[in-house]
Amino acid sequence: MATPMIELDRVAKHYGNHAAVADVSFTIEKGEFVALMGPSGCGKTTTLRMIAGLDQPTSGEIRLWGRRLNEDAPWERDAPLVWQSYALFPFLSVRRNVEFGLKQRGLPAAERRKKADEWMERLGIASFAERGVDQLSGGQRQRVALARALALEPEMLLLDEPLSALDPHLRVRMQSELVRLHRELGITFICVTHSHSEAFAMADRVVIMNEGRIQQIGAPRDIHRRAANRFVAEFVGGNNIFTGTARFEDDGSIALAGLVGTVHAPAPMEGGIVTGGAATLVVPADRIELAGTSTGAGNEVQARVVTVEFVGSTVTVFLETEGGCELRAQRSLHEMENTPLAVGQPVVARWSPQQGFFLPG
Amino acid sequence: MSMAALRRLLLLAYTALVFAFIFAPIVSTIVFSFNADRFPSLPWGGFSLQWYEAIFADATIQRGLMNSLIVAGVTCVIATFLGFSAAYVDYRYRFLGKSIYLALAALPPTVPVVILGVALLTFEGRVGLSGTLQGIIVGHVVLSTPFAMALVRMRLADLDPDIERAAWNLGASPWATMFGVIVPFCTPAILAALFLTAAVSFDEFMIAWFVSGVNETLPVRVLAMLQGQVSPRINAIGAIVFGVSITLVVLAQLLLGRMSGRAARKKG
Repeated sequence: MATPMIELDRVAKHYGNHAAVADVSFTIEKGEFVALMGPSGCGKTTTLRMIAGLDQPTSGEIRLWGRRLNEDAPWERDAPLVWQSYALFPFLSVRRNVEFGLKQRGLPAAERRKKADEWMERLGIASFAERGVDQLSGGQRQRVALARALALEPEMLLLDEPLSALDPHLRVRMQSELVRLHRELGITFICVTHSHSEAFAMADRVVIMNEGRIQQIGAPRDIHRRAANRFVAEFVGGNNIFTGTARFEDDGSIALAGLVGTVHAPAPMEGGIVTGGAATLVVPADRIELAGTSTGAGNEVQARVVTVEFVGSTVTVFLETEGGCELRAQRSLHEMENTPLAVGQPVVARWSPQQGFFLPG
Repeated sequence: MSMAALRRLLLLAYTALVFAFIFAPIVSTIVFSFNADRFPSLPWGGFSLQWYEAIFADATIQRGLMNSLIVAGVTCVIATFLGFSAAYVDYRYRFLGKSIYLALAALPPTVPVVILGVALLTFEGRVGLSGTLQGIIVGHVVLSTPFAMALVRMRLADLDPDIERAAWNLGASPWATMFGVIVPFCTPAILAALFLTAAVSFDEFMIAWFVSGVNETLPVRVLAMLQGQVSPRINAIGAIVFGVSITLVVLAQLLLGRMSGRAARKKG
């Protein structure tokens, strides 16, 4: 197998007794867009900073093209970072900010200027090249920070919460711009974010972390469809999580009896569930249909509407069964307009057994 | 007249009186330094530069002025360098006992100058610095470094703590970062510190009096002259000393004003 571009091999970072990163291993291929995602304090930023050399791993090894990177000083690495605070040089003009890294590399002034012009043009900040950075808006600063990092023409770009300081409408624009830049440049992007919508919208692969450990690595689709554990199922949102007692059926599927009632789903391939044992079933909210009457096919749960939440073109319906089990279903606005629901109204929540999956162990 | 207007008028009058009270002695010194009469009394005896001519002809005053300028010039460079270093350590590092470090660094101006003067005299007498310009410089550096540190610290407080790492991340070594990022950012504060520490040194009397011996600085020379005779030349020296100090302090203030103005814009 070819050497991957970046390898983290059992990397840990301790502060005193506290493990910011406990034990993290993964690889990144050239040209990938990888998102490190998790709640605050999960170790994602520390992991990014260790790749940049701004923090030293307590143990483990970080390799670039198979070469140990741990001891390389930050200024010897080729991993420019776009900071959450942008960290622009406040006493320099936009142009001088963009030229800064090139100057450190000893590029002659004329070449520096040419390259800076190119990148400022590309990021749409050429018109205020001579302005001081304290005269810029948040979105403009973000572009300067990107231009400053990309002007070095690195093989990887590190982004620390690049969108968190932007207005919502700018955030969406910048998100698609980052995706476009990544596609055009063909370099590796490693992006830290706490927002699963950002991570899932931009990244080829998502690394979900919690308490200094990796919870799951995978393509956004796969993580959405198959959470590896309860933390991921809850963190990515939009999932129904049912617990109960498992029983193997004759057809090889598993029936789960719990607060939700008795529902069916396929047995997991990796096993781990026994008749009479506890099991956790995940059903994505967008796979649950709502109907007025029972048809007797698939999984069906009788419930009442508790609240209806409209977000953009999707509608989340919160339901509760008579037994007190909460469910949520995600439907399109279009569908809801055809069959409006009133709070308190009884409905049948229905999904095919194939749509649910059991969490391992 | 309305209440508000009256209040405004009273406040203006009060402010004017306070300033008059503070500046009257200085103004009278300057005014009488140009007086042709021997004694500082009204009516004015006519405009004259004779006292200035007299002091510039006096070798002891010339030497005093030269000594003061040398001491202030060297002191301000050393004090600003030390103050910058101390402030940078505070900005850059977190360590056990940091609050003690900061308290110690800020301590010297709170020690009564007489005590500081006596202590310096005793100490410098032992190490053979007593009576030299170097000895005065040491004392003035001790006294003025905390001011330089305070000015640079104020500036560094406005600097994003990630800035240094951002420079490293873009390939700048720690030295390149120091001279390409930290020092340029601190330049207004460094200049202000140079002016202010020079002013502190130029005006300082007590330490210089204890330590100077035969190498009198200007303020020490002034006192010596006063003890001998009251001469209008004192007024002329006073006017010059005041002119130099106020220039330095105003320059420092202007730089600080620009600094805080920018910080306010950034936050606003």
